[in-house]
Amino acid sequence: MLNYIVRRVLYAIPILIGVNLITFTLFFVVNSPDDMARMQLGIKRVTPEAITKWKQERGYDKPLMFNDTEEGYAQFTHTIFFEKSAAMFAFRFGRADDGRDIAHEIKTRMVPSLAIALPVFLLGLGVYIVFALIMVFFRATYVDFWGVVLCVALMSISGLFYIIGGQFLISKLWHLVPISGYGSGPDAAKFLVLPVIIGVVSGAGASIRWYRTIFLEEMGKDYVRTARAKGLPESIVLFRHVLRNAMIPILTGAVVVIPLLFLGSFIAESFFGIPGLGSYTIDAINSQDFAVVRAMVFLGSLLYIVGLLLTDISYTLVDPRIRLE
Amino acid sequence: MKLQCRERLNRSRSLPAGVRRRLGAMVLRERRDPDSSIPFAMSLQRQVLSKAVSQAGCDKIVYLLRHTDWGLRLSVCPSRASVKNRSPSYLANNACARGFIRRSLKFLLASLVALICGCSGNSWNNPYPASDAEKNILYSAFAERPKHLDPVQSYSSNEILLTAQIYEPPLQYHYLKRPYTLIPSAAAKLPVAQYFDKKEMRLHEGADAAQIAYTIYEISIKPGIRYQPHAAFARNEQGDLLYHDLTPKDLSDIYKLSDFRHTGFRELTADDYVFQIKRLAHPKLHSPIFGLMSDYIVGLKEYSMTLQTAVVAQFKGQGGDAYLDLNSYPLEGVETVDRYTYRIKIKGKYPQFMYWLAMPFFAPIPWEADRFYSQKGLAEKNITLDWYPVGTGPYMLTENDPNRAMILEKNPNFHGEAYPSEGMPEDLQAGLLVDAGKPMPFIDKVISTRDKESIPRWNKFLQGYYDASGIGSDSFDQAVQLTGQGEATVTEAMKEQGIRLETAVATSTNYMGFNMLDPVVGGVSKREREAARKLRQAISIAVDYEEYISIFANGRGVPAHGPIPPGIAGHRDGEEGINPLIYDWVNGRAQRKPIKAARALLAEAGYPNGMDAKTGAPLVLYFDVTARGVDDKSSLDWMRKQFQKLNIQLVVRSTDYNRFQDKIRKGNAQIFEWGWNADYPDPENFLFLLHGPQQKVGNEGENAANYSEPEYNQLFDQMKNMENSAERNKIIDRMVNILRHDAPWLWGYHPKDYALYHAWYGNVKANRLSHNNIKYFRIDAGLREQKRREWNEPVLWPIVGGLIVLVMSLVPALVVYRGRERGTGIRGKEPKLADQGSRGGIA
Repeated sequence: MLNYIVRRVLYAIPILIGVNLITFTLFFVVNSPDDMARMQLGIKRVTPEAITKWKQERGYDKPLMFNDTEEGYAQFTHTIFFEKSAAMFAFRFGRADDGRDIAHEIKTRMVPSLAIALPVFLLGLGVYIVFALIMVFFRATYVDFWGVVLCVALMSISGLFYIIGGQFLISKLWHLVPISGYGSGPDAAKFLVLPVIIGVVSGAGASIRWYRTIFLEEMGKDYVRTARAKGLPESIVLFRHVLRNAMIPILTGAVVVIPLLFLGSFIAESFFGIPGLGSYTIDAINSQDFAVVRAMVFLGSLLYIVGLLLTDISYTLVDPRIRLE
Repeated sequence: MKLQCRERLNRSRSLPAGVRRRLGAMVLRERRDPDSSIPFAMSLQRQVLSKAVSQAGCDKIVYLLRHTDWGLRLSVCPSRASVKNRSPSYLANNACARGFIRRSLKFLLASLVALICGCSGNSWNNPYPASDAEKNILYSAFAERPKHLDPVQSYSSNEILLTAQIYEPPLQYHYLKRPYTLIPSAAAKLPVAQYFDKKEMRLHEGADAAQIAYTIYEISIKPGIRYQPHAAFARNEQGDLLYHDLTPKDLSDIYKLSDFRHTGFRELTADDYVFQIKRLAHPKLHSPIFGLMSDYIVGLKEYSMTLQTAVVAQFKGQGGDAYLDLNSYPLEGVETVDRYTYRIKIKGKYPQFMYWLAMPFFAPIPWEADRFYSQKGLAEKNITLDWYPVGTGPYMLTENDPNRAMILEKNPNFHGEAYPSEGMPEDLQAGLLVDAGKPMPFIDKVISTRDKESIPRWNKFLQGYYDASGIGSDSFDQAVQLTGQGEATVTEAMKEQGIRLETAVATSTNYMGFNMLDPVVGGVSKREREAARKLRQAISIAVDYEEYISIFANGRGVPAHGPIPPGIAGHRDGEEGINPLIYDWVNGRAQRKPIKAARALLAEAGYPNGMDAKTGAPLVLYFDVTARGVDDKSSLDWMRKQFQKLNIQLVVRSTDYNRFQDKIRKGNAQIFEWGWNADYPDPENFLFLLHGPQQKVGNEGENAANYSEPEYNQLFDQMKNMENSAERNKIIDRMVNILRHDAPWLWGYHPKDYALYHAWYGNVKANRLSHNNIKYFRIDAGLREQKRREWNEPVLWPIVGGLIVLVMSLVPALVVYRGRERGTGIRGKEPKLADQGSRGGIA
């Protein structure tokens, strides 16, 4: 297994370089270093000298990817792309364009992101699986039929609608929880209730249908018939045997997103005033802060790769027939 | 075992008869059908059943906590198979474990309710701690996080809202007087400009500007002003600065400024003002006004080069982290006279410099703070002057989390200031002079929470959790209605909540510019320029900004007749203020000229009916705008329609803001939209936007229209150095008339600010130029708390209703579930085996 993990880690390097390259190209197609300087220095009274100085200080005065004033390797290394990307692989994210330390920001913002994403993930997973199993238990009855109809309806509604609707009903009309905000420690609970409920409900339609499909497929297998023939109650068949055998597809979808939970949610964090990483990324995109955008994309792709690796490892835990070689 | 159980049960006389009967029935049933694995449930009060279990000692009773509302539903599951091989101790442990789970669940529920309720009757949806109720706190919101709080860099309106409360520049604007009037802030009195000629001979006040070689402003500050408590000033018993030689070990448990245990303070001196002016030229700081100030402050440009050289030398010698001590480098144009007095030497005459002295760029910075923050390791922890300001103002920043909240608290060392005793006549009636002479600030704490989206912001304002709010277009109809006289007022719903509306015309202008370098709208030869002028005038008549304001700005604006907005010297109201080329004065009001006047001008320009007289081709013009969403489509369609009145085809060229700026800089745009907010209340601050030497193309100035008219330029040079006077006004009138005639801008409109305030928010007077206003505000925290409770009583029926619906929908499901569990494998109505297989795999 160790060999397998090492091999996968090595595969990750060219992937990360590729992701970096694409991010870099896309960013600089839209923005030039001059645009970035202007955005940071403000709109009023910005002199060309100030722009030049800003670029020099942050290393944006070099060519983007190829430096024809240099010779040899320096043609590639004395470029914005190389200088900005190389440090990333050592996890030195540097400073945002406004001078603040990105690593510090990531560390402090990770907790609020997780405070929403983790409960949504765990609660959601539990609720979706239970509901899917109930629908499977009542398959081909009105419960199943209306359950599917409800799921399709839930899937068809925009995520933004859940947020605005939830805030309107639960916070504005019924005054049950604050509309938005964030607190530290136990004070955070009252702010998290609404985003967590909305997070679970907004993902319910698609997830319950997905798990229902997985479980229904398992229900047709021989071991289920054998279990029934033994006289096991249906609840035992479903929750003990079917659930256990359906773990592979469940893990495929679930484990891969676990590392990404750190990155938070773009829209929910903005609407609920959660100072997480999703909100940080959106702010960086709006203010054309390439240093932050690059760091977040790098982190996102790294965590995704970690998620895929964890998924593979988790297979071996739930299915003893699988060996990673 | 079962009999013993029953006997014990029977002996437990204290149990209610019903309980004993049901438990007895359960045991008897087991005796009759020992192999049955069918569970059956009993609904009992938890305490009663626990008592029954303990008294009966029945080790077969395994109970577990099921879904619960406020009562508990317990199931008794005497499955023989599950218990027959289990020891009594196992069952007892299991019972304990379940008891633990039950207790934990109960605790969690109680905690949740307690948390939501805030433990003390606080409204459930109150985002603030219950302990803050009725405290003298101002609550506000911000959408965009401030980038810079260092006064040398900060220039955005969202940043100055914070820095203006913390830093004290020498001057400030009078809160109530209009037109805007400068008064001393930290200065003891208003400085008087002293003029000198080339031979350093003092000139009289009215001396000709051409004679004046330089001006000296000597500023005396009030003695006894002290800085806020700050770690940079902390000293040990020997009097040495405590935190000026920090090691990595010292910083190991420091994460924010408040982690430094000791603080200190000292008196404000003139040196601190000098130090800050030197910082304008610091090569590592990017002051947006350095370019402008280096044209005026004697020696500032050279000083920047000196510092740059010093930085390079230091970098070679000591590396990039070396501290550049500005005290070691004197600045020619700025000097300290004594402990409380300093002088600034300005090239020539620049009366507007006084206004700059009211901005945080000229606030004091103590060298200790600069030295403290420059230490290695602090910047990595975001402990910088840009993040944690140090000032002498009424407030100090105690929490800086721009992702969540910024908290200002009263500066305990504030020198004190009295609320103004004079104002405008209407201020007395508005109750703005009730606090005259009372010491400020009135508010103890300001909590500004980050709410990026307008919907939550607006709703929290309506719930009383923010004390004031702007009005978005989404909520405009909900908040504002127009009276029969066309006056804006709050709606009945707002009135019922005691919310009031304050309006004020902003000191800014939104205009549509013509690029004068463009051959069609600007012209090249003299004849072409004349034709283009008529074309611009025709368009100015055709584009009906009154309609635009009404449709797209909800009436929040005043059509502009020139570049100078109301409230700034040079602006004229009434008939004398109208643009006679675009408007007629009819029945006491300005009326836009009829479209036929525009068509006539267009024909004179060589485009009769929108066709080029020479080629017969339709006239096509290009409108450059920044990328817009679908919401703006209607306004762009409206704009096309305005040009269509003259049969001119308007092509909208939409692009992102960067490309747009690039086009403007290179002069590639033809017609564009832009705006300007006043830095200070002087017409020079608007008229310079059309000054030839300030043009964008070639000079990178602020004249985006690239307009250059020799007479105007000459008048501008003359006007900018003059004090406000009748003569100056005459020149301004002439300049405005030249602009109206040449129409380099389509004058657009001056936006009107609408803001809503709750009834408990007092002493509010709109003031667009002065930002240090929080010290004047007053909050009635008792009234606020009372209203918050009234408006935010939790509505519980949805929770109860939801639970009932859930339980009711579970009942039929449970019935079916039990039916299936009890049913035999093969039943008459059940599908046959062959069907069961197919029952599985269908999605």
